[in-house]
This record gives sequence, structure tokens and C-alpha cells, in this order.
Amino acid sequence: MEIKELEKVAAQVRRDIVRMVHGCQSGHPGGSLGCTDLLVALYFERMKLNEKDGKVVFEMDGANEDLFFLSNGHISPLLYSVLARKGYFPVSELATFRKLNSRLQGHPTPHEHLEGIRIASGSLGQGMSVAIGAALAKKLNNDTSLVYVLMGDGEQQEGQVWEAATFAPHHKVDNLIAVIDLNGQQIDGPTAKVMDNRDLGAKYEAFGWEVMEVEEGNDMASVVKALYEAKSKAGHAKPIMIILHTGMGYGVDFMMGSHKWHGVAPNDEQLAAALAQLEESMGDY
Amino acid sequence: MKKYTFTEKKDTRSGFGAGMHELGQKNPNVVALCADLVGSLKLEAFIKENPERFVQCGISEANMISVSAGLTIGGKIPFATTFANFATGRVYDQIRQSVAYSGKNVKICASHAGLTLGEDGATHQILEDIGMMKMLPGMTVINPCDYNQTKAATLAIADYEGPVYLRFGRPVIPIFTPADQVFEIGKAWMVSEGTDVSIFATGHMVWEAIQAGEQLEAEGISAEIINIHTIKPLDEEAILKSIAKTRCAVSAEEHNRIGGLGDSIAQVIVKNDLVPQEYVAVNDSFGESGTPAQLMEKYGLTAADIVAAAKRAIAKKK
Repeated sequence: MEIKELEKVAAQVRRDIVRMVHGCQSGHPGGSLGCTDLLVALYFERMKLNEKDGKVVFEMDGANEDLFFLSNGHISPLLYSVLARKGYFPVSELATFRKLNSRLQGHPTPHEHLEGIRIASGSLGQGMSVAIGAALAKKLNNDTSLVYVLMGDGEQQEGQVWEAATFAPHHKVDNLIAVIDLNGQQIDGPTAKVMDNRDLGAKYEAFGWEVMEVEEGNDMASVVKALYEAKSKAGHAKPIMIILHTGMGYGVDFMMGSHKWHGVAPNDEQLAAALAQLEESMGDY
Repeated sequence: MKKYTFTEKKDTRSGFGAGMHELGQKNPNVVALCADLVGSLKLEAFIKENPERFVQCGISEANMISVSAGLTIGGKIPFATTFANFATGRVYDQIRQSVAYSGKNVKICASHAGLTLGEDGATHQILEDIGMMKMLPGMTVINPCDYNQTKAATLAIADYEGPVYLRFGRPVIPIFTPADQVFEIGKAWMVSEGTDVSIFATGHMVWEAIQAGEQLEAEGISAEIINIHTIKPLDEEAILKSIAKTRCAVSAEEHNRIGGLGDSIAQVIVKNDLVPQEYVAVNDSFGESGTPAQLMEKYGLTAADIVAAAKRAIAKKK
């Protein structure tokens, strides 16, 4: 897809995110907006997805297609919007986000059989391990497609992340492309103040990863370019880590760059102000 | 009482190893994972024949559980193995989110459960694992009684779709169940029929219950002994049928009395048919170092303790 077209999708996804969070007056808009460009680039451009008659189809085993796992499950509005806009389930279902009897739980889960979701996440630090398992299964199945996982930068404070970081190079899990959303913010404030994760790239390199730093994580052209570069590095005996510099709340000026919008919903006025900045390119749900 | 004899003693973990060896040959989707305890889990034969289907995880159990969940997505049947303490308490949240809530076909296989790993002491002697695992929605919890039954259970859980906790141990104990048994998940196993008291035992305590049954018989008391190898789902029908006849119950487990088999049986009794029940279990404490036999005696888990509990239960009958 052309970069311009991808940007249009991203604008619609951002509209969905703020409307979903506003609709239930809960959820996590900041990280969702910051990672929008990445997920749109993955699902609408880079990832090879199984289709039938021009429509994406969901099977739990994901054989011969690329897989994506969201480890920082709280940015579920983003994942739900991208999956719906891609055609995995009806866009109208986005209106049920975080409401009783919805398949769109606060944090993603396959428990409600929502197409596109393969694992529960929310309790942090587990997603990279899960992605490694899925990548190992692909190798055992002689399936050459790739496995992606997204983590938060605050999430790097979890010990299990470093168990997985040790495991993947040791077992040469080179069909794995991990991404850290480096927005420098977490619930209690800037990560540098809460618990400094300094030099993440150097750490992963020391653990044996192929590391890429992407400075413009909210520039669609840069993100797409980085994803193709990462793909070209796959299959060379090392797992790949993309340190993606993003802005929390990117795309809505008053939400940008602050941890204050990590888990807060906009009121009616703020919603209107946010939507005025985002083009309705695909039609609101 | 039905007579049980044995010609050989083995550890239940070796039954698991034998089951894995056979699964390695039979089921190409079975993958074994271990956190630096290959010898303790008796995985050598599986690994030798299927090196590509063995995943050494090192001492990182949390990662091992979540990697196992990921493996199921590609259709694999992961058997995640380590000591019971590290397979449950240490990784409860990983099991809860990535395995149970996600509905993944992961087999958590845990050796060195209970007191009978002996000298290592309380840090390694988990007595709360059955409780933790049975509280998870959708989790199947199995604690077989000897080498043959552990092997049969290992084979059976590979054919069952869904998360399973399989618990076994380190001490060598008599082999008294048939080598050719077919293990039925959730189906209690009648050890010996009786009329005066029902003894519901699990794991290593089944052999103790048989010894107790013989002592009771010598004193003119007829004990019905039932092996509850599957704690969840519990065979309520078998329990109710037995207490309808005997009108009192004893539960016997190598586990804390809080949250284990005894409490599961008590729920059945309270809901359906009130009869007296006595617990043979560890009395809400941690273990300690010692030989398995010393520990079983000190913590009240011997045949003599079952005999005493049976007499108390009988005395409470209306």
C-alpha cells in the first residue's frame, strides 16, 4: 500500500481509538496512539496474512502466515481497531469495547473467540516468551513465515522479559522480530524517573540480538522501511529487536508526550478536539 | 479386602519419563521443555531419540511456561517440566494468563511434589500446588499413585485437548497397578470395596491407604479405598456412591489440608449428602529436611494416621 494510503488508515484507527476509549470512559489511549503507525504498517503492508476470496481469514494455528502478538495488552483499542479495519471482525463491534458481554475485553484474550487474538495479555512481560514459542513451532513445522511481538518500554522492567531475551539468541530464534515501544513514559511518570531502562539497544546487543534503532516511529515511511529491513535480517541465526522511538499520544496534540494520557479517557469536549485533528478516512463505526 | 502385592518399587517420575519416551515415538507433536532438571524429570530417553523436539529453557520457568503456550499455537503439545514448586507457585501468573485463561493445550508436569522429596526441605516441598492449580478455571489436575499409573496418565493427557497439571514425585514406592491400564481422566479408580468407611486417597497416599485398609480389616473394619487420581474434574458420582454405602469418609493427600483433595471432597459432601469426614493431610504448615519416611511420620501421613482417621470418622457416624 502507498504510504499516503497507510497514513489515511492510521488516521481512521486513531479516530477509532479515541472514540472507543471515550465510549466506555476507560482504556489506554496514549500508548495506543503512539503505536498506531507500527500496527497499520504491519497489518496493511508488511505482514503476510492468510486470505480467502480477498478477505483475511483467521485460524488459531496461523500456518504459513506472519503472526503478531501484543505483549503490552493495555493498548488493546489499537489492536482491535486494526483487526476490525483489516476485516477480521465487524467494525461495528468496536462500539462494545470494555462493555459487559463484549468480545473486546479491556485486555485482549482468545477466551471470547475474537478473530485475530491468539493469546491473552495484560499482565506484562509474557508476550515475548509466547512469541518465541510460536516461532519455535513454525520452525518445527517448516513454516518460513515470521513472528512479531510488541512490548512496552516500561514492560522491560519485568524479569521475564530478560529470561526471554536470553533464550531467543541461545536457541537462534531468527524468525522472531520484536519491537519495543520506546515512548519514555509509564503510569507513574517518565521511565527514566520510575525505573531507568537505560541503553536498551546495548543491552539486547549484549544478549546476542540484532538490534535496530528507529528514531521516527511515528513516520509511516520510516516505519515501513524499518520493517522491510528487519525482514531482510531474519533467518541469519539471530532474533531481531527494533527499538521504536514513538510519542505517547501521537496524533492528538494535547495527549502527546505525557504519561498523563496513559490510562485516561477524554471527555466530550476533548473527544471533539481530538477528532478535529484526525481525518475520517474510512468511515466511523 | 482385595490383596495388593508388588515385586518392584520405582519412583513415579520414572513413570513419567517412560511415558514421555513412548510419546516421543508415537506422537510427533509432543515437545518436551525443561528448566535445567532433565535428569530429575527422567527425560533422557525422550531427548536422545527426539533432540529436535526438546527445548532446554535453563533456569527460567516463567519463560518456559509462556514459550509452551506459544508452541500450542503452531499445533504442538508442549510438556513443560520442572519441580512442582517451580512449576506452579513460581509461575502462577504465567499459567493463569498464558495457559488457563488463553485455553492453551499445555501439559505442566511436575516432579518432587509434596514432602517426599525429603532432604531439600521446605523451599522445595510444595504443599499448596493442588489448590493453586484446581482453582484455575479449565485446568485438569492429576496426581497418579505409582509408576504404572503415572506412565498411563502421561500418555492419556497427550490425547486430551486442554491444560493439565500432572503431579508426581521422587521416592521409590511399590508398583501395584497394572502395567497395561488405560488411564481415564476424571474417573476414580476403585482399589478395594468395603462397607464401614470410605478412604479417598491420591498420589503416594494410595499405597498408605491400602496398608491402612489391611490393618483395619485385621481389626474387623471394612474400608472402601478409592484412588482419586484426578482431583479436577472430580468424580463426584464415585464419591457419592461410596459414602451412600459407608456413611463416613477419610481423605488422604500429601498436601496442605487447606485447598487440596480433602476440601474438594468436603464440597461434594456438604452439597449432597452430609456425612462425617476426616482429613489426613499436612496441617497448614511448611515441611522441613528429613528422609521421606521421617517426614511422612512427623507430618501425619502414614497408614497408621489413616487408620486413626478412619476410626474417628466411624465414631462420628450418627
